[in-house]
Amino acid sequence: MHSTTSEPALADGTLDVPDTPLPAGAAQALKLAVVGGFGVGKTTMVRSVSEIRPLTTEETMTSAGASVDDLHGVEAKGTTTVAFDFGRITMDATSVLYLFGAPGQQRFWFLWDRLFSGALGAVVLVDTRRLEDCFYAIDRLEAQGTPFVVAHNDFGEADHPLEDVRAALDLDPAVPLLRCDARDRDSAKRVLIALVEHVRTLVKEGRR
Amino acid sequence: MSPSPRQEGPDRLYVITSGRSGGVDDTLDAVTLIVAESEPAPGMQSEHAHILRLCTSPLAVVEIAAHLGLPLTVVRILLTDLIDTGRVTARHPTPAPSPAHPLTSPDVLEKVLVALHDL
Repeated sequence: MHSTTSEPALADGTLDVPDTPLPAGAAQALKLAVVGGFGVGKTTMVRSVSEIRPLTTEETMTSAGASVDDLHGVEAKGTTTVAFDFGRITMDATSVLYLFGAPGQQRFWFLWDRLFSGALGAVVLVDTRRLEDCFYAIDRLEAQGTPFVVAHNDFGEADHPLEDVRAALDLDPAVPLLRCDARDRDSAKRVLIALVEHVRTLVKEGRR
Repeated sequence: MSPSPRQEGPDRLYVITSGRSGGVDDTLDAVTLIVAESEPAPGMQSEHAHILRLCTSPLAVVEIAAHLGLPLTVVRILLTDLIDTGRVTARHPTPAPSPAHPLTSPDVLEKVLVALHDL
Protein backbone atom coordinates (compact mmCIF):
# COMPACT_ATOMS: atom_id res chain seq x y z
CA MET A 1 0.00 0.00 0.00
CA HIS A 2 1.04 3.56 -0.53
CA SER A 3 2.20 5.87 2.19
CA THR A 4 -0.55 8.22 3.12
CA THR A 5 1.67 11.08 4.31
CA SER A 6 2.39 12.74 0.99
CA GLU A 7 -0.40 11.28 -1.08
CA PRO A 8 -3.37 13.34 -2.02
CA ALA A 9 -6.33 11.62 -0.46
CA LEU A 10 -9.92 11.32 -1.50
CA ALA A 11 -12.52 13.55 0.03
CA ASP A 12 -13.17 11.10 2.82
CA GLY A 13 -9.46 10.82 3.65
CA THR A 14 -8.88 7.39 2.22
CA LEU A 15 -6.62 6.41 -0.61
CA ASP A 16 -8.18 3.60 -2.52
CA VAL A 17 -5.76 1.54 -4.57
CA PRO A 18 -6.22 -1.71 -6.50
CA ASP A 19 -5.35 -4.70 -4.36
CA THR A 20 -4.82 -7.01 -7.33
CA PRO A 21 -2.90 -5.30 -10.13
CA LEU A 22 -3.25 -6.45 -13.72
CA PRO A 23 -0.18 -7.84 -15.52
CA ALA A 24 2.04 -5.09 -16.94
CA GLY A 25 1.40 -6.40 -20.44
CA ALA A 26 -2.40 -6.32 -20.16
CA ALA A 27 -3.60 -4.77 -23.40
CA GLN A 28 -6.89 -6.39 -24.29
CA ALA A 29 -10.01 -6.09 -22.16
CA LEU A 30 -13.26 -7.92 -22.87
CA LYS A 31 -16.72 -7.44 -21.41
CA LEU A 32 -19.50 -9.69 -20.29
CA ALA A 33 -22.69 -8.36 -18.74
CA VAL A 34 -24.98 -9.81 -16.11
CA VAL A 35 -28.38 -8.17 -16.28
CA GLY A 36 -31.53 -8.64 -14.25
CA GLY A 37 -33.92 -7.06 -11.79
CA PHE A 38 -33.08 -5.79 -8.33
CA GLY A 39 -32.05 -8.42 -5.82
CA VAL A 40 -31.83 -11.23 -8.35
CA GLY A 41 -28.17 -11.88 -7.56
CA LYS A 42 -26.17 -9.99 -10.21
CA THR A 43 -23.52 -8.73 -7.83
CA THR A 44 -23.45 -12.07 -6.09
CA MET A 45 -22.67 -13.79 -9.37
CA VAL A 46 -19.96 -11.26 -10.20
CA ARG A 47 -18.46 -11.71 -6.74
CA SER A 48 -18.46 -15.49 -7.08
CA VAL A 49 -16.06 -15.43 -10.01
CA SER A 50 -14.23 -12.11 -9.72
CA GLU A 51 -10.61 -11.91 -8.59
CA ILE A 52 -11.32 -8.53 -6.99
CA ARG A 53 -14.10 -7.63 -4.63
CA PRO A 54 -16.86 -6.16 -6.80
CA LEU A 55 -16.48 -2.42 -7.30
CA THR A 56 -19.24 0.09 -7.85
CA THR A 57 -19.29 3.15 -10.01
CA GLU A 58 -21.89 5.13 -11.86
CA GLU A 59 -22.79 6.55 -15.22
CA THR A 60 -24.94 9.57 -15.82
CA MET A 61 -27.00 10.81 -18.69
CA THR A 62 -29.52 13.55 -19.28
CA SER A 63 -33.13 12.80 -19.98
CA ALA A 64 -32.61 14.47 -23.34
CA GLY A 65 -30.23 11.67 -24.14
CA ALA A 66 -28.22 13.84 -26.52
CA SER A 67 -24.90 12.94 -25.01
CA VAL A 68 -24.02 11.08 -21.86
CA ASP A 69 -20.74 12.99 -21.83
CA ASP A 70 -22.54 16.26 -21.32
CA LEU A 71 -21.68 17.34 -17.81
CA HIS A 72 -24.53 19.80 -17.94
CA GLY A 73 -26.51 16.70 -17.17
CA VAL A 74 -25.11 16.84 -13.67
CA GLU A 75 -27.03 20.01 -13.04
CA ALA A 76 -30.00 19.42 -15.26
CA LYS A 77 -33.36 18.19 -14.19
CA GLY A 78 -34.08 14.75 -15.49
CA THR A 79 -30.55 13.48 -15.06
CA THR A 80 -30.41 9.75 -14.71
CA THR A 81 -27.64 8.28 -12.64
CA VAL A 82 -27.30 4.56 -12.43
CA ALA A 83 -24.88 2.65 -10.29
CA PHE A 84 -23.47 -0.65 -11.46
CA ASP A 85 -21.09 -3.24 -10.08
CA PHE A 86 -18.29 -5.01 -11.80
CA GLY A 87 -15.52 -7.48 -11.24
CA ARG A 88 -12.73 -8.93 -13.33
CA ILE A 89 -10.94 -12.12 -14.28
CA THR A 90 -7.37 -11.93 -15.56
CA MET A 91 -7.21 -14.38 -18.46
CA ASP A 92 -3.52 -14.35 -19.29
CA ALA A 93 -0.55 -11.98 -19.52
CA THR A 94 -2.29 -9.75 -22.04
CA SER A 95 -6.06 -10.21 -21.61
CA VAL A 96 -8.58 -9.44 -18.94
CA LEU A 97 -12.30 -10.07 -18.77
CA TYR A 98 -14.57 -7.55 -17.04
CA LEU A 99 -17.95 -8.63 -15.72
CA PHE A 100 -20.61 -5.98 -15.33
CA GLY A 101 -23.74 -6.38 -13.27
CA ALA A 102 -26.47 -3.94 -14.15
CA PRO A 103 -30.21 -3.51 -13.76
CA GLY A 104 -32.03 -4.65 -16.86
CA GLN A 105 -35.19 -2.59 -16.70
CA GLN A 106 -35.96 -0.22 -19.50
CA ARG A 107 -35.12 2.96 -17.64
CA PHE A 108 -31.53 1.81 -17.10
CA TRP A 109 -30.91 0.57 -20.55
CA PHE A 110 -28.72 3.47 -21.66
CA LEU A 111 -26.04 1.66 -19.69
CA TRP A 112 -26.10 -1.06 -22.26
CA ASP A 113 -25.61 1.30 -25.16
CA ARG A 114 -22.83 3.19 -23.48
CA LEU A 115 -21.01 0.77 -21.25
CA PHE A 116 -21.61 -2.61 -22.72
CA SER A 117 -21.28 -1.95 -26.41
CA GLY A 118 -18.91 -4.54 -27.74
CA ALA A 119 -19.66 -6.99 -24.95
CA LEU A 120 -19.13 -10.62 -25.91
CA GLY A 121 -22.53 -11.42 -24.55
CA ALA A 122 -24.84 -11.27 -21.58
CA VAL A 123 -26.26 -13.41 -18.83
CA VAL A 124 -29.88 -12.61 -18.04
CA LEU A 125 -30.39 -13.58 -14.44
CA VAL A 126 -34.00 -14.35 -13.56
CA ASP A 127 -35.95 -14.85 -10.38
CA THR A 128 -39.22 -16.75 -10.86
CA ARG A 129 -40.95 -14.48 -8.35
CA ARG A 130 -40.28 -11.48 -10.62
CA LEU A 131 -39.91 -12.81 -14.11
CA GLU A 132 -41.26 -9.59 -15.57
CA ASP A 133 -38.08 -7.79 -14.47
CA CYS A 134 -36.18 -9.41 -17.30
CA PHE A 135 -38.72 -9.14 -20.13
CA TYR A 136 -37.32 -5.88 -21.39
CA ALA A 137 -33.72 -7.09 -21.20
CA ILE A 138 -34.53 -10.15 -23.28
CA ASP A 139 -36.40 -8.09 -25.87
CA ARG A 140 -33.58 -5.62 -26.12
CA LEU A 141 -30.84 -8.24 -26.40
CA GLU A 142 -32.77 -10.06 -29.09
CA ALA A 143 -33.37 -6.82 -30.99
CA GLN A 144 -29.73 -5.81 -31.01
CA GLY A 145 -28.44 -9.30 -31.68
CA THR A 146 -26.34 -9.57 -28.54
CA PRO A 147 -25.81 -13.22 -27.64
CA PHE A 148 -27.22 -14.17 -24.25
CA VAL A 149 -28.13 -17.05 -22.01
CA VAL A 150 -30.78 -17.04 -19.31
CA ALA A 151 -29.85 -18.29 -15.87
CA HIS A 152 -32.48 -19.01 -13.27
CA ASN A 153 -30.94 -18.15 -9.92
CA ASP A 154 -32.75 -20.52 -7.59
CA PHE A 155 -30.27 -20.37 -4.69
CA GLY A 156 -29.96 -24.13 -4.78
CA GLU A 157 -33.68 -24.82 -4.67
CA ALA A 158 -35.07 -26.21 -7.89
CA ASP A 159 -38.56 -24.85 -7.40
CA HIS A 160 -39.73 -24.51 -11.00
CA PRO A 161 -39.11 -26.81 -13.95
CA LEU A 162 -36.94 -25.02 -16.49
CA GLU A 163 -39.47 -25.77 -19.22
CA ASP A 164 -42.02 -23.69 -17.31
CA VAL A 165 -39.57 -20.83 -17.04
CA ARG A 166 -38.81 -21.04 -20.75
CA ALA A 167 -42.50 -20.97 -21.58
CA ALA A 168 -43.18 -18.07 -19.23
CA LEU A 169 -40.38 -16.09 -20.86
CA ASP A 170 -41.44 -17.12 -24.37
CA LEU A 171 -37.77 -17.81 -24.95
CA ASP A 172 -36.33 -18.73 -28.33
CA PRO A 173 -35.51 -22.48 -28.21
CA ALA A 174 -31.97 -21.66 -29.35
CA VAL A 175 -31.27 -19.56 -26.27
CA PRO A 176 -29.68 -21.65 -23.51
CA LEU A 177 -31.57 -21.67 -20.22
CA LEU A 178 -29.93 -23.07 -17.14
CA ARG A 179 -30.32 -23.21 -13.43
CA CYS A 180 -27.69 -21.70 -11.16
CA ASP A 181 -26.84 -20.72 -7.64
CA ALA A 182 -25.18 -17.33 -8.05
CA ARG A 183 -23.47 -17.70 -4.68
CA ASP A 184 -21.58 -20.75 -5.84
CA ARG A 185 -18.38 -20.19 -7.78
CA ASP A 186 -18.63 -23.36 -9.84
CA SER A 187 -22.27 -22.69 -10.62
CA ALA A 188 -21.57 -19.09 -11.69
CA LYS A 189 -18.60 -20.32 -13.69
CA ARG A 190 -20.80 -22.83 -15.53
CA VAL A 191 -23.20 -20.06 -16.53
CA LEU A 192 -20.37 -17.97 -17.99
CA ILE A 193 -18.98 -20.98 -19.83
CA ALA A 194 -22.44 -21.72 -21.22
CA LEU A 195 -22.63 -18.14 -22.48
CA VAL A 196 -19.26 -18.19 -24.20
CA GLU A 197 -19.98 -21.61 -25.71
CA HIS A 198 -23.28 -20.25 -26.99
CA VAL A 199 -21.44 -17.29 -28.57
CA ARG A 200 -19.01 -19.74 -30.16
CA THR A 201 -21.86 -21.77 -31.60
CA LEU A 202 -23.42 -18.64 -33.09
CA VAL A 203 -20.07 -17.65 -34.58
CA LYS A 204 -19.62 -21.11 -36.10
CA GLU A 205 -23.09 -20.95 -37.56
CA GLY A 206 -22.15 -17.64 -39.10
CA ARG A 207 -24.79 -15.76 -37.17
CA ARG A 208 -22.29 -13.42 -35.53
CA MET B 1 -32.01 6.18 -8.44
CA SER B 2 -29.37 5.38 -5.89
CA PRO B 3 -27.40 8.29 -4.49
CA SER B 4 -23.87 8.94 -5.56
CA PRO B 5 -21.34 6.90 -3.57
CA ARG B 6 -20.01 10.02 -1.88
CA GLN B 7 -23.15 12.10 -2.07
CA GLU B 8 -21.42 14.41 -4.54
CA GLY B 9 -23.06 17.65 -5.35
CA PRO B 10 -22.63 18.87 -8.88
CA ASP B 11 -20.48 21.73 -7.60
CA ARG B 12 -17.53 19.56 -6.69
CA LEU B 13 -17.70 17.70 -9.98
CA TYR B 14 -17.76 21.06 -11.76
CA VAL B 15 -14.60 22.13 -9.93
CA ILE B 16 -12.80 18.86 -10.60
CA THR B 17 -13.35 19.21 -14.33
CA SER B 18 -12.73 22.98 -14.33
CA GLY B 19 -16.24 23.39 -15.63
CA ARG B 20 -15.68 21.41 -18.79
CA SER B 21 -18.14 19.03 -20.26
CA GLY B 22 -16.85 18.55 -23.79
CA GLY B 23 -13.65 17.73 -25.62
CA VAL B 24 -13.67 14.24 -24.23
CA ASP B 25 -11.92 11.40 -25.98
CA ASP B 26 -14.93 9.42 -27.23
CA THR B 27 -12.81 6.35 -27.83
CA LEU B 28 -12.40 5.86 -24.08
CA ASP B 29 -14.39 2.71 -23.55
CA ALA B 30 -15.30 1.59 -20.04
CA VAL B 31 -12.67 -1.14 -20.35
CA THR B 32 -9.95 0.81 -22.15
CA LEU B 33 -6.81 0.10 -20.13
CA ILE B 34 -4.90 3.12 -18.88
CA VAL B 35 -1.18 3.06 -18.06
CA ALA B 36 0.75 5.88 -16.36
CA GLU B 37 3.74 7.16 -18.28
CA SER B 38 5.01 9.52 -15.60
CA GLU B 39 5.09 10.15 -11.88
CA PRO B 40 2.70 12.60 -10.26
CA ALA B 41 4.23 16.09 -10.38
CA PRO B 42 4.13 18.66 -7.57
CA GLY B 43 1.17 20.96 -7.85
CA MET B 44 -0.77 18.57 -10.02
CA GLN B 45 -4.52 18.36 -9.45
CA SER B 46 -5.02 15.67 -6.82
CA GLU B 47 -7.36 13.59 -9.01
CA HIS B 48 -4.78 13.56 -11.80
CA ALA B 49 -2.06 12.53 -9.35
CA HIS B 50 -4.27 9.79 -7.96
CA ILE B 51 -4.92 8.41 -11.44
CA LEU B 52 -1.17 8.29 -12.14
CA ARG B 53 -0.60 6.32 -8.96
CA LEU B 54 -3.48 3.96 -9.67
CA CYS B 55 -2.19 3.26 -13.16
CA THR B 56 1.38 2.19 -12.45
CA SER B 57 -0.09 -1.14 -13.61
CA PRO B 58 -2.71 -1.08 -16.37
CA LEU B 59 -6.21 -0.36 -15.10
CA ALA B 60 -9.55 -0.08 -16.89
CA VAL B 61 -11.34 3.27 -17.03
CA VAL B 62 -14.22 1.82 -15.05
CA GLU B 63 -11.90 0.66 -12.26
CA ILE B 64 -10.28 4.08 -12.06
CA ALA B 65 -13.74 5.61 -11.66
CA ALA B 66 -14.59 3.21 -8.86
CA HIS B 67 -11.34 3.86 -7.00
CA LEU B 68 -11.71 7.63 -7.34
CA GLY B 69 -15.36 7.50 -6.33
CA LEU B 70 -16.28 9.64 -9.33
CA PRO B 71 -18.78 9.07 -12.15
CA LEU B 72 -17.39 7.66 -15.39
CA THR B 73 -18.37 10.85 -17.15
CA VAL B 74 -16.03 12.89 -14.97
CA VAL B 75 -13.22 10.36 -15.14
CA ARG B 76 -13.28 10.41 -18.94
CA ILE B 77 -12.64 14.15 -18.81
CA LEU B 78 -9.77 13.77 -16.34
CA LEU B 79 -8.24 11.00 -18.44
CA THR B 80 -8.50 13.07 -21.60
CA ASP B 81 -6.35 15.74 -19.86
CA LEU B 82 -3.71 13.15 -19.00
CA ILE B 83 -3.74 11.57 -22.45
CA ASP B 84 -3.43 14.96 -24.13
CA THR B 85 -0.37 15.78 -22.05
CA GLY B 86 1.20 12.36 -22.55
CA ARG B 87 1.10 11.42 -18.88
CA VAL B 88 -0.91 8.28 -19.53
CA THR B 89 -1.45 6.06 -22.53
CA ALA B 90 -4.64 4.23 -23.41
CA ARG B 91 -4.76 0.63 -24.61
CA HIS B 92 -8.04 0.40 -26.46
CA PRO B 93 -9.94 -2.84 -26.91
CA THR B 94 -9.22 -4.01 -30.46
CA PRO B 95 -11.16 -3.71 -32.61
CA ALA B 96 -12.98 -0.78 -31.09
CA PRO B 97 -16.15 -2.19 -29.56
CA SER B 98 -19.39 -1.54 -31.30
CA PRO B 99 -22.62 -3.47 -31.48
CA ALA B 100 -21.90 -4.16 -35.13
CA HIS B 101 -18.42 -5.56 -34.55
CA PRO B 102 -18.23 -7.40 -31.27
CA LEU B 103 -15.10 -9.20 -30.27
CA THR B 104 -16.14 -12.62 -31.37
CA SER B 105 -13.14 -14.06 -33.16
CA PRO B 106 -12.92 -17.81 -32.49
CA ASP B 107 -9.41 -17.36 -31.06
CA VAL B 108 -10.66 -14.85 -28.51
CA LEU B 109 -13.58 -17.08 -27.53
CA GLU B 110 -11.29 -20.08 -27.04
CA LYS B 111 -9.06 -18.00 -24.82
CA VAL B 112 -12.02 -16.89 -22.71
CA LEU B 113 -13.26 -20.47 -22.38
CA VAL B 114 -9.86 -21.70 -21.24
CA ALA B 115 -9.67 -18.92 -18.68
CA LEU B 116 -13.15 -19.69 -17.34
CA HIS B 117 -12.47 -23.42 -17.12
CA ASP B 118 -9.30 -22.65 -15.18
CA LEU B 119 -11.11 -20.52 -12.61
